Amino acid sequence: MTGVNDIGGQAAGPLDLSEHALSSFDQRVDAMLMLLVHPNRGAFRVDALRRAIESYRQQDYDSLTYYERWLRAIRELVVEQDILSEDEITAKISELAAKQAKA
Amino acid sequence: MPDSTEKYFAGGHVRVKTGAVDHHCRTPDFLKGKEGVVELAVGEYLNPEKLAYHKPGLPKHALYQVRFRQKQIWPKYQGAEGDTLVADIYDHWLEPASTE
Amino acid sequence: MTASENDDHHQDELGHASPEFVLLEEALRLLLVEKDIFTPEEIQAQIEGMESRTSALGSMIVAKAWTDPEYKKWLLSDAGAAVESVGVDMNAQPELHVLENTDDIHHVVVCTLCSCYPRAVLGVPPAWYKGREYRSRVVVEPREVLREFGTELSDKINVQVTDQTADRRFLVLPQRPASTEGWSAAQLEVLVTRNSMIGTALPLTPEQLEAENT
Repeated sequence: MTGVNDIGGQAAGPLDLSEHALSSFDQRVDAMLMLLVHPNRGAFRVDALRRAIESYRQQDYDSLTYYERWLRAIRELVVEQDILSEDEITAKISELAAKQAKA
Repeated sequence: MPDSTEKYFAGGHVRVKTGAVDHHCRTPDFLKGKEGVVELAVGEYLNPEKLAYHKPGLPKHALYQVRFRQKQIWPKYQGAEGDTLVADIYDHWLEPASTE
Repeated sequence: MTASENDDHHQDELGHASPEFVLLEEALRLLLVEKDIFTPEEIQAQIEGMESRTSALGSMIVAKAWTDPEYKKWLLSDAGAAVESVGVDMNAQPELHVLENTDDIHHVVVCTLCSCYPRAVLGVPPAWYKGREYRSRVVVEPREVLREFGTELSDKINVQVTDQTADRRFLVLPQRPASTEGWSAAQLEVLVTRNSMIGTALPLTPEQLEAENT
């Protein structure tokens, strides 16, 4: 099974060379990952992030943005590593969504 | 693990092993089955195939810088005869190839 | 490319996150702070560090190598130490190596499997570097890909593509452009574009710099 990421040599179209600065979302996700994989914390290795992303179905790999892929993997890995539970995460999301709805 | 004690040296001819895997792997599919020349023994590193699953990654594996001729990787390669591709390949993904 | 593939590609380039992911990021961040995994200040410091690390670091290093033969030797033999000596933070960074372009060989780097990039000296990679088209095509048709950047290489020069498959990260040291005799490192820095340190382009020539500034 070739991973969805293992694309060297596949046919593809022309490059889009436009420049895009990282959004604040991108920056926060990047920062979160860098802190989590830092040896001082060692929540997981960057290899685990890659592995998690490689396991996505093709359509998810293609349709999620670069940092959305990272964030989804971070979510899976902090649960794998018993740092957070799925319940805690869904509860927090509901809480934040409710606050947003009220605002 | 017999594979990890094999040593390759600069100048050695190697072939990248073939085989599908269902786990994290840093040997690109396009290099599997291709022959190249070891340029450098890079060092010994924790195994990413294990690190990816929160394991310590031991025993360390030797990593080799391998140079491939593009015309040997891609049958229809359009560039220059001397164009090459270099990748770092872990020892357990290499096997000896005959010298030409 | 189908219409939906084009949209997905476009969305990916823009880096806009859907609302569900924006909410997820906030939820994870707040929870991880609650669990003392990191502090909000550390996130902020990390973001600020990221903003300060740009390809200007790489340009400075290349210009220094062009004007200081001893530094260049050091850079080629022990890039990590050489860049640290000029203030690059190599803490918890992967090993850095430098590939020197010559009259015989032109280097270009990629990570086909993900998006590994010498972030310590170049900052975050451009969107195209992380995208499907570059990662798929540069290994099999590097000259055609370089042409899309306006880079034309003669067949007399060999192209070497380096696929960063393990823990080493590579910075390309481009050749110093002609007609720059007597230029200071500060002047030369301006010629060293980010793409010339990835290998998809050559540094600016004095003529090109002039044209840009007029």
